[in-house]
Amino acid sequence: MLELIVISTLNGVLYGMLLFLMASGLTVIFSMLGVLNFAHASFYMLGAFFGFQISRWVGFWPALLIAPLLAGAIGAAVERYGLRRVHKNGHVAELLFTFGLAFAIEEIVQIIWGKSPVDFRVPPLLDFPAFTIFSTNYPAFKMFMLLVSVAIFLGLLLALKKTRIGLIVQAALTHPHMVGHLGHNVGRIFMLVFGVGTALAAVAGVIAGPALVTQSNMAGLLGPILFVVVVVGGLGSLPGAFIASLLIGLLQTFAVSMNASLAGLLGPLSPDLAQSWLSDIWNVTIAQIAPIMPYLLLVLVLIFRPMGLLGTRDT
Amino acid sequence: MRRLVVAAALALPMLGQAAIAQETVKLGYIDPLSGGGASVGEGGLKTFQYLAEELNAKGGILGKKVEIVPLDNKTNPQESLIQAQKAIDAGVRYVTQGNGSAVGGALSDFVTKYNERNPGKEVLYYNYAAVDPILTNDKCSFWHFRWDANSDIKMEALTNYMKDQPAIKKVYLINQDYSFGQSVRTTARAMLAKKRSDIQIVGDELHPLLKITDFAPYVAKIKASGADTVVTGNWGQDIALLLKASADAGLKVNWYTYYAGGSGGPTAIKQTGLNHQVFQITEGFANVDHKESQDFEKAFRAKVDLSLWYPRAVNEMRMFAAAAEKAKSLEPIKVAQALEDMKFEVFNGGEGIMRKDDHQFFQPIYISSFGERSEKEPFDDEKTGWGWKLVAKVDTAQTMLPTTCKMDRP
Repeated sequence: MLELIVISTLNGVLYGMLLFLMASGLTVIFSMLGVLNFAHASFYMLGAFFGFQISRWVGFWPALLIAPLLAGAIGAAVERYGLRRVHKNGHVAELLFTFGLAFAIEEIVQIIWGKSPVDFRVPPLLDFPAFTIFSTNYPAFKMFMLLVSVAIFLGLLLALKKTRIGLIVQAALTHPHMVGHLGHNVGRIFMLVFGVGTALAAVAGVIAGPALVTQSNMAGLLGPILFVVVVVGGLGSLPGAFIASLLIGLLQTFAVSMNASLAGLLGPLSPDLAQSWLSDIWNVTIAQIAPIMPYLLLVLVLIFRPMGLLGTRDT
Repeated sequence: MRRLVVAAALALPMLGQAAIAQETVKLGYIDPLSGGGASVGEGGLKTFQYLAEELNAKGGILGKKVEIVPLDNKTNPQESLIQAQKAIDAGVRYVTQGNGSAVGGALSDFVTKYNERNPGKEVLYYNYAAVDPILTNDKCSFWHFRWDANSDIKMEALTNYMKDQPAIKKVYLINQDYSFGQSVRTTARAMLAKKRSDIQIVGDELHPLLKITDFAPYVAKIKASGADTVVTGNWGQDIALLLKASADAGLKVNWYTYYAGGSGGPTAIKQTGLNHQVFQITEGFANVDHKESQDFEKAFRAKVDLSLWYPRAVNEMRMFAAAAEKAKSLEPIKVAQALEDMKFEVFNGGEGIMRKDDHQFFQPIYISSFGERSEKEPFDDEKTGWGWKLVAKVDTAQTMLPTTCKMDRP
């Protein structure tokens, strides 16, 4: 039992940190531009595929640097030449633009790399068990993923709190017009934030690609959960996104390890219910509904605390 | 004059199409070509295209070239029906599908209803891999033929082997949450309880179909349960990623699987280091001691750079040709009647039969394990150096399970 708790905690934290890498960019972009970027998870996918391709040519380590830069540059270009033009036509147009972009990126990736998973391997340097707890190995690469995400979280927090550009970004989060009136180039800040946000998603892609699967539907699998993180954490709140990511990561991982069902809980009280038309709901275990837990959380948060855990504005 | 040119321009391509349509037999291939099932769907498509070329090299079916029409159903029943309708509109009279019994059930239903409403324009559905037993039992259809052994047949053979393995004490079941996965778990429970009542079922998991990217939480749970054996019907990325997560966590158990040999599986097994501890049950594999199939395997690998994963597809295509030749017609209803009770020398040798009562094909079945090879195993898989080794063979006669099918015949 203890073993399961320790391993599940590790797995949950790791999954949560991966979510955070992506959600951090998304939440900042969301609160600045007021637009939910549907294509955000696509940059995660681009990161993974760029990482795969570049690691084929020059190795994993350069790829870890080059792929996010490349994806970030594309992200910045999308903001500068795409979103900014569409912006004139209002939020709905922007929303549709990012929606279309997500499909376009997926198609392009399919054309270039095909629809089956590509063979993106863990670099040999990290291909060993880092440690063994209760006879379960924990891969070194997953440890590395954890370290990278923590480092990025700390770096991001420092940059936002301690640097001048961080101050302007923070100000633009809550009072974008005021920042503009004070003479700052809000457009450039938007572009920068968009670029950095997408680059962070790409970092997540490069480190998650070898550990999970690198294929053209990976954006679709993770995208919806990101929106949950952003809403639960609170709009524009980095610590909020951090807490929400960990919460969802742990929630999902622990739910999988639980076998409790209504039948197990209440079964002895009324055994005949198990035979009725209710039997499907009656026998479903928590493990089976694990994938929908984050969405349940989303619904609850929207009803009871619409500004999210640490947010200040209503979503 | 101009009007004449326009008319000719319109008419000529139509004439051309009609001419081509008469010369080809179109087989609609409705399977996932994107999403989580894409890796298996693409492998299947390449296999069918190769088989069509093989038939065409010998003059096609009744002198007509075979053409495979690929249609992407995204492993989704609704999407499959749209694709099936699209295929029919394009003149397809034969469709084939394999991945996902939920899809198989929807297609069988669709084809049956379509044929009732459109007499004379019937469509046949060849099922090469959707193995939910219900398709040849309660929901059987005259217009559906299945070449893969159904899940109950496979589980019967698998548990017959497992019952003689005294080392198996604690079994963990993990399956995909849809009709087929549920059928595997129910049958496994029932058969193990009957054949080895001392075996304890320490876990019974259902997880979402083709949506999980990291099985680490599930593997942690298997580990915590103390299981020594895992039984799973997972296919596609769900088996490859499950094995990959176990490799990462160092989970050492015996695996009894339906589809461990699918794309990505062998690579993951090599990573786990589980030498001959992962078993699969199939209607054939590369290292069966049979010259013709080994020659075919060599040619197939040279051409498409994949190992043959669907010997049943070979049987399907060859029997399709044989049935059409026997009926001397490509009318689906005549081909269907010719297929009934047809006996056929299967790809890996031995006789199979397409049972008339339920349109289930019965054939020899093999249990094999993956690991280091001897001279008897010339083929490895996914360039791992390891290959599938014969563990047990079940003859056709022993796979004949009864059916509850009461077929409506036209």
